[in-house]
Amino acid sequence: MARFGMVIDTLRCVGCMDCVIACKTENEVPEGFCRDWITTEVRGRFPTLTMEIRSERCNHCDRPPCVTCCPTGASHVEDFGSLVLIDHELCIGCKACLASCPYDARFVHPDGYADKCTFCVHRVRKGEAPACVAVCPTRCMHFGDLDDPQSEVSKLLASRRSHTLHPEAGTRPRIHFLT
Amino acid sequence: MAILSRRRFLQIGSGAGLAAAVSSAAPGAGWADLLGPAAPGDRIETVPTYCDLCFWKCGAIAYKKNGRLWKLEGNPADPLSRGRLCPRGTGGVGTHYDPDRLTAPLVRRRDRGDEEWVEVTWDEALAHVADKLRALAREHGPESLAFFSHGIGGNFLKHTFKAFGTPNLVAPSYAQCRGPRDIGFQLTFGEEVGTPERTDIANARCLVLLGSHLGENMHNSQVQEFADAVGSGATVIVADPRFSVAASKAKHYLPVKPGTDLALLLAWMNVLVTEELYDRELIEAHGFGFDSFRAEIALRTPEWAYPITTIDPETIRETAREMARHRPATLVHPGRHVTWYGDDAQRSRAVALLNALLGSWGRRGGFYYPASLPIPKYAGYPDYPKSARGPVDNPDGRYPFADLGLTNGIRAATLSGEPYPIKAWFVYATNLLQAMPSQEETIRAIQKLDLLVVVDTHPSEIAGWADVVLPESVYLERHDDLNTEPFRRPFVSLRQPVVEPPADQKPNWWIARELAGRLGLEAFYPWRDVEEYLDARLSGAGLSLAEMKRRGVFEGAAQPLYFDDGVPEEFPTPTGKIELWSPQLAEKGFDPVPRYTPHQEPPPGAFRLLFGRAPVHTFSRTQTNPLLAEAMPENEIWVNADVARRLGLASGRRVRLRNQDGVLSDPIAVKATERIRTDCVYLVHGFGHTAKGLRRARGRGASDAQLVTRYAVDPLMGATGMNVNFVTLEEA
Ligand code: SF4
Repeated sequence: MARFGMVIDTLRCVGCMDCVIACKTENEVPEGFCRDWITTEVRGRFPTLTMEIRSERCNHCDRPPCVTCCPTGASHVEDFGSLVLIDHELCIGCKACLASCPYDARFVHPDGYADKCTFCVHRVRKGEAPACVAVCPTRCMHFGDLDDPQSEVSKLLASRRSHTLHPEAGTRPRIHFLT
Repeated sequence: MAILSRRRFLQIGSGAGLAAAVSSAAPGAGWADLLGPAAPGDRIETVPTYCDLCFWKCGAIAYKKNGRLWKLEGNPADPLSRGRLCPRGTGGVGTHYDPDRLTAPLVRRRDRGDEEWVEVTWDEALAHVADKLRALAREHGPESLAFFSHGIGGNFLKHTFKAFGTPNLVAPSYAQCRGPRDIGFQLTFGEEVGTPERTDIANARCLVLLGSHLGENMHNSQVQEFADAVGSGATVIVADPRFSVAASKAKHYLPVKPGTDLALLLAWMNVLVTEELYDRELIEAHGFGFDSFRAEIALRTPEWAYPITTIDPETIRETAREMARHRPATLVHPGRHVTWYGDDAQRSRAVALLNALLGSWGRRGGFYYPASLPIPKYAGYPDYPKSARGPVDNPDGRYPFADLGLTNGIRAATLSGEPYPIKAWFVYATNLLQAMPSQEETIRAIQKLDLLVVVDTHPSEIAGWADVVLPESVYLERHDDLNTEPFRRPFVSLRQPVVEPPADQKPNWWIARELAGRLGLEAFYPWRDVEEYLDARLSGAGLSLAEMKRRGVFEGAAQPLYFDDGVPEEFPTPTGKIELWSPQLAEKGFDPVPRYTPHQEPPPGAFRLLFGRAPVHTFSRTQTNPLLAEAMPENEIWVNADVARRLGLASGRRVRLRNQDGVLSDPIAVKATERIRTDCVYLVHGFGHTAKGLRRARGRGASDAQLVTRYAVDPLMGATGMNVNFVTLEEA
């Protein structure tokens, strides 16, 4: 079983939001919501500054608190790629998962269910990259199987310094940011 | 630490009014119903075309789901997009569904600028315009019509007006944008940088950016190549008063004082020359006037530049040496929007000279030699009539190096009636009130006109002043001329309709041809349908429209790009050399080697107003696009964090900007940030709309154009420097 994840090169990323807009047109993301977003972290004092720009989304964690806390089993780990997905039919919109996610990745869809990034499972099943990865003009995003040492993502991780978000939360996130 | 969180994005994105405006977006269908992954049984069609969200014209593939526009992706066969559009291109879907679009021709009902209209038929609107133009031609001559346009969509209308007999054809992309750059390079190398810029960013080992904010400025190929350069470890040097996104990728960030880039450029050249780090072989073989150049540049030491630029001499030396280490693959980027201080052609010339010293022209990692596919012009047109009088925009060659029309020159002639009266403006796809400095002058000039016609997709500010507004279909609903811009490999791309326009909007070619018919110029439109025209042009090059409709893009054979591949080392200046000391400039009484002249400083307590671009918007034309407006609904005023603290302004606080002439902006939120110097403030151009019909954008953020009441005209070529305005901040 594959364990899909992303490796995102923050050195290449310019924070243009193409990933955000492509996700919105590709997926059913209603006005006022987004499944991915840009975070800009500035450190230092002018003019001695550093800035990290990140394209963020659900981390499809190895230890997903949103799945553990879901009372109905709507939030689950899919066999396909170990993706963390939500079964809209089972979801009762109780928001427990929203509260449990350290990345603020979830929102309640106007139709009443919890929603978030699916890693574009409908594309990935067809062998395509998620929309955000495919659109990125800086080619800063990579998608693949973290368990396969020969995959592009594994090789990138082995060759560069990287970090994840909120490692202290113990969720084992699967999006890695190259620095 | 400033984190722009998703929560914040949501909070802005779902602001009051926005949601309401959207529910009326596409009648009969919610936004989400149109998008969303394809379900089994959905009918998916794809149509290749090229993008019009900016002038880069990237090849795109439009996807339709069950007959409705779904999404846009890059065309992998297209050399500009390489299969990936920029965020505006991806969000181009929103241009079709935008509820703020114009839907029918409009004729003014009350005073100009009141935005009160009567809807009329196309027949009535065009007959009215044609009657007026014929009367004007009889009384004042056809030259009394001036045509303002932006982009390839203006081609057919330009054809109609050339046939009508006016030489007054202008675009703000020259005198309000890239004109000075192209003149500066022409004066030096005999060739311009052009569009798309012939910059070999992908292969640069050292990239120098002056104010040019690639990554925020999203010209697709350049940003892709910038990421490639960064990814492959190229050294980036950024000089900018603002810590731009590009600056965050830089090894050297130089927080140069605004208005002093020219001094920095001269000092860099001083280091290269005095330390003998320049490309001696090239300069000896092809340089003109090096000794005089050296004598002049010897005065411009880093110590001289220090108090001017605030960049310390050691940093200037270190960065100059870094550039020399990587030459000739050191690219000092010429920028694009360079109309800053009125000495912009000379500053651009300094950029060209620095590149000359580094030997980057015609070299890998510098400036390549682009080629365009030789698609013949349409053969069946009669000759245009000879205008009895020349253009009005540059009387007596006041700006001796201007080689294209000056919008501001037309405006001045309209105001003065000299050298002859301009009585009608026809404006295509350019919001002159946001594009040109001094709105007050533009409005005064408009009030002198007998006729102002605006062709636009939206009820923009300039449309608000028109007598007749003609609604154009958006690019996804129309054909345009072929794109054959020069690039690495010559190519041609096709724009073709993907979907029908939602109401009574018409394509520009149809408007141009119908108008010509009513002006008695039928002979200039021997083709009945634009497809006939396109096919004739394509078959002249051995291609066919049928094939282009399928592929969207055709690439020709690779051409040599660099001197090393066999491009001849020729410099078409008057001396046939790279003019380091310029006889052309000397002859006209200008500095033959650029000199730095100090610009006026902001008065105490005021800040220099700077403006630039954001990745999700183009000019003032995308702010009502639902997808792009959601990504960035308004602009902010960047204020240095210490300054903001001193003024008691926290991020998010609404202020108004007051300029030196007392003009007060609309309210704008403060962005208190470490990322900018203390002597300037910055905002993204294109916001602060005032037009009533731009419901989604109106009253969101502030407009720099409104505050640019002063401008400095470039004495070489007439462009308008706009970074010469100062503002203070007031509680909103
Ligand atoms: S750079 Fe972006 S907006 Fe411009 S043509 Fe390309 S995709 Fe469209």
